[in-house]
Amino acid sequence: MNNTALKDEILLQVEKPARYIGNEINAVMKDRNKVAVRFAMCFPDVYEIGMSHLGIQILYDMFNRREDVWCERVYSPWTDLDKIMRQEKIPLFALESQDPVKNFDFLGITIQYEMCYTNILQILDLSQIPLLASERTQDDPIVIGGGPCTYNPEPIAAFFDIFYIGEGETAYYQLIDLYKTVKNSGGSRKEFLLEAAKMPGMYVPMFYQTEYNEDGTIKAFYPIAEGVPETVRKEIVMDVTDTYYPEKPVVPFIKVTQDRVVLEIQRGCIRGCRFCQAGQIYRPVRERDVETLKEYAVKMLKNTGHEEISLSSLSSSDYSSLQELVNFLIEECARKKVNISLPSLRIDAFSLDVMSKVQDVRKSSLTFAPEAGSQRLRDVINKGLTEEVILQGAHDAFVGGWNRVKLYFMLGLPTETEEDIRGIADLCNEIAKLYYETIPKEERKGKIQIVASTSFFIPKPFTPFQWSPMNTKEDFIDKAYLTRSAIMTQLNQKSIKYNWHEADVSMLEGLLARGDRKLSEVLLKVYQKGCMFDAWGEMFKNDIWMETLEECGIDLSFYTTRERELDEILPWDFIDCGVTKTFLIREWEKAQNAQGSPNCRVQCQGCGATVFQGGVCYENQN
Amino acid sequence: MKIRIKFSKTGVMKFIGHLDMMRYFQKAIRRAEIDVTYTGGYSPHQVMSFAAPLGVGLESQGEYFDIEVNSMLNCEDLKQKLNSAMSDGIEILSVKILPDDAGNAMASVAAAKYKICFRKGYEPDGNWQQILQAFLEQDCIMVEKETKKSKKEFNLKPYLFSWEIIDNSVILTVDASSSGNIKPSLVFHAYAVSQELTLSEFALQVTRLETYTSKMEDGKQIFIPLDEIGYTA
Repeated sequence: MNNTALKDEILLQVEKPARYIGNEINAVMKDRNKVAVRFAMCFPDVYEIGMSHLGIQILYDMFNRREDVWCERVYSPWTDLDKIMRQEKIPLFALESQDPVKNFDFLGITIQYEMCYTNILQILDLSQIPLLASERTQDDPIVIGGGPCTYNPEPIAAFFDIFYIGEGETAYYQLIDLYKTVKNSGGSRKEFLLEAAKMPGMYVPMFYQTEYNEDGTIKAFYPIAEGVPETVRKEIVMDVTDTYYPEKPVVPFIKVTQDRVVLEIQRGCIRGCRFCQAGQIYRPVRERDVETLKEYAVKMLKNTGHEEISLSSLSSSDYSSLQELVNFLIEECARKKVNISLPSLRIDAFSLDVMSKVQDVRKSSLTFAPEAGSQRLRDVINKGLTEEVILQGAHDAFVGGWNRVKLYFMLGLPTETEEDIRGIADLCNEIAKLYYETIPKEERKGKIQIVASTSFFIPKPFTPFQWSPMNTKEDFIDKAYLTRSAIMTQLNQKSIKYNWHEADVSMLEGLLARGDRKLSEVLLKVYQKGCMFDAWGEMFKNDIWMETLEECGIDLSFYTTRERELDEILPWDFIDCGVTKTFLIREWEKAQNAQGSPNCRVQCQGCGATVFQGGVCYENQN
Repeated sequence: MKIRIKFSKTGVMKFIGHLDMMRYFQKAIRRAEIDVTYTGGYSPHQVMSFAAPLGVGLESQGEYFDIEVNSMLNCEDLKQKLNSAMSDGIEILSVKILPDDAGNAMASVAAAKYKICFRKGYEPDGNWQQILQAFLEQDCIMVEKETKKSKKEFNLKPYLFSWEIIDNSVILTVDASSSGNIKPSLVFHAYAVSQELTLSEFALQVTRLETYTSKMEDGKQIFIPLDEIGYTA
């Protein structure tokens, strides 16, 4: 495979040419003349980020199991190559065959965060595919979007032919079959899309229309083609053990963000934190069988040669066979000299014991995510982590030899007061104080190091906070200063380091997260003015965004700081993710009274996910 | 047991840099389930020594690295196992056992042989072969070498061990030891300067043909390929 889409002169000019050559271990090669359907699977960010995404690896494996389909990968060319490709009019290509994406049948784009929306336009543009779905012809690939952001696809509706709502494992084969049938019978692009729109989980924006009230809110949203459903229910895999999993994931040559074997132990989360979108849209929790996971671990380590394995889930501590799995991995990995990384573990006796076995205590840090500084506010957001639990965990850790602690908080949560914010500083100080009280001076290995980080709260669709106003940028900045000065007045302030997130980009994320179809024009314009890689601090051009919002007559506050009425039609209301609006309203009201809700295993809260008839909802009912 | 491995690097693999090649082989050795020796500690790593880093964009027929194994069946078996774990463009050419007193690959390097040709469209006008021949035959070839801090002039000639011009390519053996590592492009840039030519950074296509160590024979220093000090079993 020595034919690259880019000639040597170009590859030698750009940073990290290995991003663009394919040829990695376990990359799937097929004969282009022997497949019926060619699928380009894209993560619209740079290679190192995109290659770290498990979802694409799962779907890549799933598609390529079919003999009649060749699925290849596409990532965003970095700005250096972007410039050359535009100058020389080189069409964007897929890594495996190095063939132009525009000649493919499908371009699938996973949409993981709002700030990649301009990168989607870059991908389409470099591929020489019309940016607007309405301008595409029979010769263009079908552009299909998936991933968490498709739970409110409206801001990017104009750029996609189809959104696949939910988990990819269930309906893609059927969609491919439909495509082949329509194509073989000489059917048109529109005929295919119309049939696809009738399939469960498929949202084809061109067959829906939005009407607006004078105040800018939605008056009505409805299908405009015969047979197209009013609501689209998410697709979900109920048996997460007996399904596709990539036993031979692609091994990149260059170091990528997630340069390790990733074992997805479960989907969903029982916790129900009220700010968290993932905790709602992936309901109900479904666990993978522990024996199967052990087999995957062994096979994947053998097939990749990776020197590290990591568990993936929203809350690993809630996986019911965690101890068995971790003990197996410790033994297996010690033999193979493989490192284990265990993110999203609650700090308790078990996790401390495990961590002391798998990592160097002196070099590692403890991570807590209280998210809010006071117990009252933690009850509002339903984060069931108490100060007592944090301090107990920290105490045990200090005794075990740790002296580095990371704490994550959010600013701008609903009902937040100055007192809650000061609570962040108090909590940090308490932890520092506890260290000095617990560890006698002669046993201390240096000072305690506490790093507190805050991000700004952004209300997301399908959470109980979807109606909540977001803070203004000025509020955010004031709150970050308040946090900082509150920390500065603490006795142990020298042991506490404070980081906070950018406010500008948070406002735009807020805009896009709960935006509607009117935002497509803004995205198109900012892209045409040169915005892309907005998630990369140094690339983000806030001035262009602000200027364009004004040009398009879009009021940022309408989408961000405005409180929505409970009976307002929200842009994403036509999507059914299992969790009902009644449940979300109930949780929103409980939040205002600082009332927590027990997790799924303690007591069912009637969220609606039982409709999928499995997972945690049916755990003890056999 | 110390093992020396020789491999070639061609095609798109020329775009993979030296550090990534090391990571690539660490993973390949795991995939091939070689019983390799690890260091101790919390993040154990394989005992591995690469001979001479190859720049991005260069191909090679003679790359080397050493590993240590706790056990193995025989050299041929190890070679086959490794080859089954390679990607297109990397081939294991030989596997040899090193004598206990052998220095590691990196410290052993004395010279390297390169084949250099001009990429299509970048050839100098006229009979460049003849001019280059004369240039290389000078007693003294002064070049400017830029270091991080300063530019200094030095005589390249003692570091050029042999050359041969065949058709459109030049076979050049130069010093590759840690004390006098010469990039073949440096020779061509000196030539270009002498002819008042500007040489594009993409003008040359370079392949390393072999990496040598040196030994004394009859009071004379001779170069032998790095794997010739090893043996197979």
